[in-house]
Amino acid sequence: MDPSRKRRIRLIMAATAAVFLASALIYTSFSAGSDEKTAGQLHDNAIVGKQYTLAGTVAAHSVQHGADGVLWFSVVDPHRPVSVRVRYKGIIPDPFREGRGVLVKVTKEGTTFVGEKDSLTTKCPSKFQVAPPRGPAKSGSGMSSKQT
Amino acid sequence: MATFGRALLIVAFALTLYGIGASLYGAIAHRRAWVDSGRRAVYSLAGVLTVAFVVLEAAFLRNDFSFSVVATHSSTTTPTGYKMAAAWSSQEGSLLLWVWLLSLWSSLVLYLTRRRVREIAPYATAVLLGFGAFFLMLVIFFASPFKTLANPPLQGTGLDALLLHPAMMIHPPMLYSGYTLCAVPFAFAIGALITRQVNVEWVQITRRFALGAWLFLGIGIILGARWSYTELGWGGYWGWDAVENASLLPWLTMTAYIHSIMIQEKRGMLKVWNATLVLATGTLAILGTFLVRSGILDSIHAFGASTLGVPFLILIGVMIVGSIGLVVGRRGILRSEHSLDSFFSREAIFIVQNIVLVGMAFVVFWGTFFPLISEAVTGTKTSVGPPWFDRYTVPLALVLVVLTGVGPLIAWRRATLANLRRNFVVPLLVALVALVALLAIGAGDQPKALLMFVAAAFVIGCVGQELFRGTRARQTMSKEAAPVALVSLVRRNRRRYGGYIAHVGFAVLLLAVAASSSFQHAKDISLTPGQSTRIDGYTVRYTQATAAATAQKISLGARVDISKAGKHVTTLRTTRNFYPSQDTSLGIVGRFFNGDSDSVVGLRAGVGRDLWTVINPDLKPLQPIINQGDATFRTAMTTLVRNGGSSASVNKLYQLRDTAIAGITQRFITHPWAADFRILVSPLASWIWIGAIIIALGGLIAIWPMPHGAARRVRAGYAARVARDLARS
Repeated sequence: MDPSRKRRIRLIMAATAAVFLASALIYTSFSAGSDEKTAGQLHDNAIVGKQYTLAGTVAAHSVQHGADGVLWFSVVDPHRPVSVRVRYKGIIPDPFREGRGVLVKVTKEGTTFVGEKDSLTTKCPSKFQVAPPRGPAKSGSGMSSKQT
Repeated sequence: MATFGRALLIVAFALTLYGIGASLYGAIAHRRAWVDSGRRAVYSLAGVLTVAFVVLEAAFLRNDFSFSVVATHSSTTTPTGYKMAAAWSSQEGSLLLWVWLLSLWSSLVLYLTRRRVREIAPYATAVLLGFGAFFLMLVIFFASPFKTLANPPLQGTGLDALLLHPAMMIHPPMLYSGYTLCAVPFAFAIGALITRQVNVEWVQITRRFALGAWLFLGIGIILGARWSYTELGWGGYWGWDAVENASLLPWLTMTAYIHSIMIQEKRGMLKVWNATLVLATGTLAILGTFLVRSGILDSIHAFGASTLGVPFLILIGVMIVGSIGLVVGRRGILRSEHSLDSFFSREAIFIVQNIVLVGMAFVVFWGTFFPLISEAVTGTKTSVGPPWFDRYTVPLALVLVVLTGVGPLIAWRRATLANLRRNFVVPLLVALVALVALLAIGAGDQPKALLMFVAAAFVIGCVGQELFRGTRARQTMSKEAAPVALVSLVRRNRRRYGGYIAHVGFAVLLLAVAASSSFQHAKDISLTPGQSTRIDGYTVRYTQATAAATAQKISLGARVDISKAGKHVTTLRTTRNFYPSQDTSLGIVGRFFNGDSDSVVGLRAGVGRDLWTVINPDLKPLQPIINQGDATFRTAMTTLVRNGGSSASVNKLYQLRDTAIAGITQRFITHPWAADFRILVSPLASWIWIGAIIIALGGLIAIWPMPHGAARRVRAGYAARVARDLARS
């Protein structure tokens, strides 16, 4: 076979395979992806049984530890005073705290949102940018060490 | 000192501009003196930036809180090692580290190539200085590490609790070295394309730097993985986080590049591909740097949102447009000197391996940027999680492992049946034995892991056979003992055998990933002291609560005994540390329990399996007594202030508070309540790190220069072998 024709056929085959694989990639990313929603969006429009990625801030005084390692907390919408209650079980990231930004995969069950196990991520916009100290160090911080 | 630092940055910026101008003028006007002057500007840049970095580090070590970055990232109580590392925990300091490392690597490459590639070097110098100018512009105009505070505090905020980990001292410099080294082959590729000097010389000159970039990036990635393995909420050793992925992207394309350049060196093929790969790698390295700093994607490892996004986007845009323009414009001189003769050849295997690596990079890129892509297309931010990444990367990784075994053994140009039989019968038998053995022990219920084990066995068989044959041949020739012959063999062809060793490490690493993820046992349980649970045949007993209070933190933890069949295996200690909050609105006692916290994992790493546990103590039972303490001390403080109490009285009150906090903390031992534990049993997890060490060792061997004479003999020997392959086919 003419080498240039051979090369062209190889190129077409490779391009077809690449297009096919890229299409599969694009299709599955849209179908398997989880929509990122705010608390307000979920409060208004969440469909029971569908999974979403809830993004927002952990509401003040909302964190409660229930039985069997269940964690309850509310996530506040960043744009309006709406929050949704989340029931979560799994790894609680070290930086998780009230007032911190979080991402968690949730599914609506009744009036609450159930978090997928181990899906809780604490966003850390302040992680490397800690707020500057407000003033001189407090005196009397020489706490003694006691170890058992 | 801050003024001195700022002045140094301005001098450095001026040096980059001068160097760019001198190099380009020298190249265009063929004035050697100007080219040399441009190169010396890079050496001077390295010197000036070294002093600037020392000034910054000195400020951290001296607790000079007049420096804004020192006040916000360090404190008098920060341990010395972490004070030094705190310099790059800040956006500003890390940018300075980036440009400083770039200047050092640039100086090294330009010094080593000062008498070679004379036409390409000035353009490469200009590109490297261009990167330098960009980052200096950032640290001068956008994020200055030498910014000062009008009213310096007496105490700094301290390093973020999560960053108090030994990896903080080495992981970022390794990654930045990798990123900055990626700029070296990028710059020389640009120079080669501009000057139309696209022969193999620039590839050979920058090969060690490409390998260095690959090695440093790899070490940085694996150190990050190790850190994440012991950090709660960072997704284990790999979580497909945007920032993790950003470092993997250039590593994947660089891996493809260091393999495909062999085909250009031996057969003059894949010139367009290699140029594209190295330009893409340089761009991806900048993209990785951009991702960590722009805040455009959610990541647990990123710096806070900043204004650096736009400058980075402009730089990336210039790099992409310039790269495409140059490759398209020079496509005529980038034509291959030969074409592929057969799919059963080393060239074909390398090409498939390259396609798999680039395919993997595309998958990772797509998944990482999918939230932005989906938002642009549908208006809704959609993200894909680890299962999506695993769906594509696991099969690709399987193919890749098999190819790491096939590639080094198959003949160049066209493999004959005899060649295939000679080289692959033993490795296939090894793989078959592994398959039977694994099925016999019941590993068949995890088919992906099983395939990975078999593929890894095949690779180990391939490399083992090559080492055995080489050692035996050397023994026959030199009558050396087997270990001596093996060492001599590797020493005399470092590039080849370094590569083989890296292949074994890669197979071991992926085998360990497959085992630890597919056969991991995990349990979340609430236990009180004395209670026990069972996991994967182990009995895990919460024997004793532990507690400690210091000025820096409160630690609540557990001692956990692990036994199997009645025999004690190990004792693990895990704690959760609570750091005082900076929020002065919190109670005087309560703020010690309401600040940041981090977990210390109890880990027993073993050859067969890792035993891993972490405690999450519930503070709720302490809350009433904390509230009571807050109320008591608030009243006492108010009374003291109202009565004009002396500073001695205030200090006495704080001492009482410290005693109270220590007492509250001790309740975790004296009145223990249930604490939540996560327990993991991960088979072969340690082999991830062992595999990585083997890869690094292979990389170091491949990168280590050989004495000139030995190198010439090896090249001649290898050329003869390639010629034999070509003649046979």
